[in-house]
Formats: sequence, structure tokens, C-alpha cells
Amino acid sequence: MHEMLAEEAAAIPAGATRLSQARPGARGVIVDVRADHANEHGVDVHELERRLLESGFVEGAAFEVLHEGLFGADPIAVRVDDMRVALRRRDAEDVWVRLESK
Amino acid sequence: MSEAAIRPARVALVGNPNTGKTALFNALTGSRQKVANYAGVTVERKEGFVTTPGGRSLSVLDLPGTYSLRARSPDEAVTRDAVLGRLAGEAEPDVVVAVADATNLRLVLRLILELKAVGRPMVLALNMYDIAQRQGLRIDLDGLSRELGCPIVTTVATRKRGIAELTAKVDELIASGALSTENVWREPSAGEIRSAHREAQRILKAHVRPPERPDTFTGKVDAVLLHPVAGLLILGVLMFLVFQAVFTWAGPPQDAIEAGVAWLGAQVGTLLPDGLLKSLIVDGLFAGVGSVLVFLPQILALFFFIILLEDFGYMARAAFLMDRIMGVAGLHGRAFIPLFSSFACAIPGIMSARVIDQKRDRMTTILVAPLMTCSARIPVYTLIIGAFIPDRTVGPGLNLQGLVMFGLFAAGVISALIVSFVIRKVFWRGAVEPFLMELPTYKVPSFESVARNLLLRAQIFLSRAGRIILPLMVLVWVLSTFPGPPAGATGPAIDYSFAGMIGHAIQPLFAPIGFNWQMVVALIPGFAAREVAVAALGTVYAVGDAENNAAALGTQLANAWSLATGLSFLAWYIFAPQCVATLGVVKRETNSWAWTGVMFAYMVALAYLASFAVYHTAVALGAG
Repeated sequence: MHEMLAEEAAAIPAGATRLSQARPGARGVIVDVRADHANEHGVDVHELERRLLESGFVEGAAFEVLHEGLFGADPIAVRVDDMRVALRRRDAEDVWVRLESK
Repeated sequence: MSEAAIRPARVALVGNPNTGKTALFNALTGSRQKVANYAGVTVERKEGFVTTPGGRSLSVLDLPGTYSLRARSPDEAVTRDAVLGRLAGEAEPDVVVAVADATNLRLVLRLILELKAVGRPMVLALNMYDIAQRQGLRIDLDGLSRELGCPIVTTVATRKRGIAELTAKVDELIASGALSTENVWREPSAGEIRSAHREAQRILKAHVRPPERPDTFTGKVDAVLLHPVAGLLILGVLMFLVFQAVFTWAGPPQDAIEAGVAWLGAQVGTLLPDGLLKSLIVDGLFAGVGSVLVFLPQILALFFFIILLEDFGYMARAAFLMDRIMGVAGLHGRAFIPLFSSFACAIPGIMSARVIDQKRDRMTTILVAPLMTCSARIPVYTLIIGAFIPDRTVGPGLNLQGLVMFGLFAAGVISALIVSFVIRKVFWRGAVEPFLMELPTYKVPSFESVARNLLLRAQIFLSRAGRIILPLMVLVWVLSTFPGPPAGATGPAIDYSFAGMIGHAIQPLFAPIGFNWQMVVALIPGFAAREVAVAALGTVYAVGDAENNAAALGTQLANAWSLATGLSFLAWYIFAPQCVATLGVVKRETNSWAWTGVMFAYMVALAYLASFAVYHTAVALGAG
């Protein structure tokens, strides 16, 4: 179990954080979309990955977190390239981003 | 003449949601449209006809919007199957018209790449081209056309620009004998979606120069409407206005319709001799037609706001704002719209649950929608509250009757939240599906599109709901009329009818919740529509024209029932499972008798339990 986590961590590009932790105003580039953690999504992880990709969350896309909800700061509204997408933070965990310093 | 020359060429409109596809469909076909259902599914099939400048007639199919042919909802599956020619009873399209929002090409390019794999002759309609030009977006049309291997037409559907050019291009494509190439489409893997993204990015870079004056309007409006606090407050105010419209503005036209139908029935009645035929026509048919038509003003008022807000782009924002709150009960933010609509009537509410693309969330929403206090319960609530709850001020601006009414609404909402939570635990084992939703750019709704859509809703309600409710009303009339009372009978006629017999037979089951046989008998016609129970109570208590004479009936009930019985009846109506029209729509929308049965069973069980608890609590407190 620990080995697996270490392996995953190694594969994540250095300096990347999860989109689920970004606050409004945060912007940068999506560096990795991977559905590999243990969170229950109601669909299998590969399906979640495809849905994220289809909604525009793809490596290389520019993003900016625009808004968040009142309760639990959830869901979030994100500009991805030239469209706006709303998603829950739990589903945003699988999107790794590199933040641009302000 | 060959068969191909006689039949109209088939054209399918395919595109992302929010690209003005339906506006384009309306601009193309005008009033030459017909709406039906696809065989076996409840997805609307919208077909229209148009003649090209060259004289060829085209049959145009407006397919549900989708981001990918990899369908996730029944609507999207129809689009996929129609394009692939797999849909039962549908021939494959001769030409596919891909409709794109010219200001947002990235996503549609991926859809176009998928459509190319399907291999049908295709035309790309770059819609909202005026907005693209205003933003200073430069699109190299010739280059893009060469790259995609299909002709491109620019259109402004809302102003009917580019329509003739589009049909001419379709005509040209058919005349040139363009044939389908081999269909090599298959469901893309994650890797294939990534490479489609790269391909779309490359095409964009080569042929589209980003806008010089990008849209800032949407961002500015969102800063207010999606503000965590202000956004929720605005949503609350909007809901309040819609509520007012549905309950207040719809009142006078509803009264007019009721009076009109009743007057017409009476006029026809005077032409007929007294007897069964007259009773069938006046009490069965006219009352039945009236009970369908009376919902029309509310449905139109509700859908007017829903369509307006949807066309503006607000509904996705409402779903965003409500997602976390709905999520507590295991519901999707999108469920907010159907559940809110159900305050008018569960039927349009259940019908609008189609916007939820996840099957589980849609099922849950449909199952709890009838718990929202629909307008048909109001006459019942008004009658019973008027009869049993004193008209007393209990605080500044607080009236006890109003408070009870509010409590009944709140009980409906709370039980809906609890039931959906339980459904998720029992049927879906706690799984929460992902919530991913585009927030479209705001657009000024076009009057024509709103009006046309509203007419469509009215037509759908009248034909679908009417087809279920009308025969049921006649059935209820039969049950309440036959057999007639014997000569010299003293009680009300309904007492001797089948409804009376059924009422007497099952009354022992209802004794533990304090219902007398008159109430049970009234519940049977109440199956046709909840508010009919008021008229039925009038019949069994022999109060003429009970709906317009509620005060007299109220006095009767206050004398005949104990307070505990009155409260028990109110509790029953929070759940009131006996609306056959709702059950019929649930069967249609879920395509399953099992789910319809689950809904009926749980609602009966809850109604019984609630009435039992209320009755016995009230009796224990000395209100028996």
C-alpha cells in the first residue's frame, strides 16, 4: 500500500497541486488528469477521467477558478480555456494543476 | 421517378448544448414542425420541413444537444443512435448539419471529429456568427472547411441569416451525390479523447485568431449571480417571483377556464334530455376536459419562467448555487429545477427531470417530485384548514391558518429530502455521481423562441397528460355513477355506486387513521386529480357545487369530523399518492412499471404512517 502511494506520488509532476484545493482567483495550467485515487465517484475512475476530459479538463489547458459555493466552498466554477465549467471539489481532486504565481 | 426523388432528404441537426441549435431549427422550418416521441423512449422527436432554394424538400430532425457521441443520458443516446442510423424506426440521415457556436469552437471541433468518423456527408453551420464578428474573432473559413473536409455556412439563427445558404449547401451536397464513407466511429478511450483535444487545438491555432474583444458580460454578471451570498439571495427572490406568478397570476385565467367549460357543459346539457348520456357528457367529459385545461395557466406561467431563465443561461447557475444544498439529500444541483417545477404540478416537474444526465439522480428526482406540494393539493388544504384551523393571529403578521399551510409545504419538502436520502442509501448504496456542468455564456432570450417553446410545452401537456387524464375522468365518472341509486333511496347517489361500494369495503383499513367512509369514497374520484376530492366530498355530503361553495362544505365537515380526523386528512394529503396522471407520467419517463410501483407503494405507506401518527397524537391530546 505504501509502495503504491509512493509510486503515484513520484509520477505526479513536481510542484503540482490538486484543482480541488484551489481558491477563487487561482489560475494556471492543468498538468495531469488522472483518476486513480480511492474516492467514491459513483462511476468507475476511468469513466470519471473521460468525463473530465470531455468537459475540457485536459493536460495543457489554461484554467482559472472563478467562483465557489457558499457551503463548504463547494462546488467551484472554473474557466477552462474558453469555457466555464462547474464541478464539485471531490471530482476536481483528480485534476492536477500548476499554479501561476500572482 | 425513383423513391429517393420523391421522399424528402433527411437532415439531422447535431451540436453541443447552448449553440442555438433549436433556434436554427426554428429558423429553418418555421411552423412546419411536428413533435412526437421516439419509439420506446420518452425523448422528444422534433421534425420539421423546409424547401431548399433549388426546390428540394428536406425533413430536418432536431437532435438533443451533446458534447460527444459517447452518450451519457437517454437524450444523448438518441442523438448517437440517430446519427449512426441505429434508432428503431428511423432511417439514417442523408446529411448531418453540425451546429456550432462560432464563439466557442473548441468543444464542437471534437464532436465534429467524431462525426467525421461516422462518415456521413456533413455541413458545418457556424451559428451566432454576428457575436463572433462583434468580438473580433477571425475565422479562416476556407482553411477550416478544407481542414474538416466539409462545407461551412455562417448563420445567425435568431435573425434568420444564412438559412437559405445553409439549405442550398445541403441541396448541393445531395445533388453532388456525396455518399457516406465507412463508419469507423467507436466509443473513444481517454487516450483518444486526449488526442482529439490536441487535434482540435491544432486546428484552432491554424484557422482561428482569438477574439480582440472577448465577452466580458458573462463574467460581470456571474460576479453577482454566482456570488456565494448575493447569488443565493437573488435565486430566492427569483423563486419567490415565480411562485407568485404561478399561484397568483394564474388564478384569474384558471377561474375563467373553469367557468367557461362549466358554462359550455351547461349549454350542451340543456340540449340533451336528462339521463345517462347527459350525465356522461356534462359530468364526465366536460368535467374531465375542464380538469385538464385548468392546469394550463399554471403550467404556462411556470414554463414561461423556466424557458426564459434557461435561454438566458441562468438555470445552470441555479443548479450551481443549489448543488451543495441538494447534495445533503443526495440530489444533484440540476434536480432543483424539476423539484421546483413540481410545486406547480409534478407532471411538468417529472418531465423536466430529463435535464439530469445521471440515471440515478434522475430516478431519485422523479420519485420524490410528487412530494412537493402541487397546486392541486391547495383546494384540499384550503378546505380542511378553513374548516378546522381557527383564523387567528399568533404573532406579528402571522396567521395560524397561513402557518399551517406553510407547515404542510415544509413537510412536503422535508419528506422529499429524507426520502431521496433513503433512496440513495437503499437503491444506490451511497454512490454519488460526478457533477460536471457547462456554465453557458449569457444570451438575451429571443421572444420568438420563448413563445414557440411555450406553445410546444402547452401542446405536449394537453396531448400527453390529456390522453391519460381524460379517460380516467370518464372511468371515475363510471365508478361514481353506476349502479344508480334504487328507487326511493335517501342517501347521496354516490353511496350506491361502485365507488361507494369500494369505499365501504376498504373503510376498515382506514379506520385506524380516523377516516370515515365518506372520506374513503371521496378518495376514489380523487384518484383522477387530487383536487377532485373536494368536489367528491361535496357530493357525499350533498353540498351542491362544493368547489365554489367551500364555506358551506367546510361547516359541514367541521360538524361531521373530529379535529383529529381533519388533521389526519391533511397529513394524508402531504403524500397523497392517488394522482393517476402523475403515475402515468412516471411510467412514461422511467419506462418501468416497477419504479412506478415503488413510488406508489412508498407514498401510500408514508401517507398512512403520517396520518396514523397525526390521528393518534391528536386523539391522545384530546382532539378526538
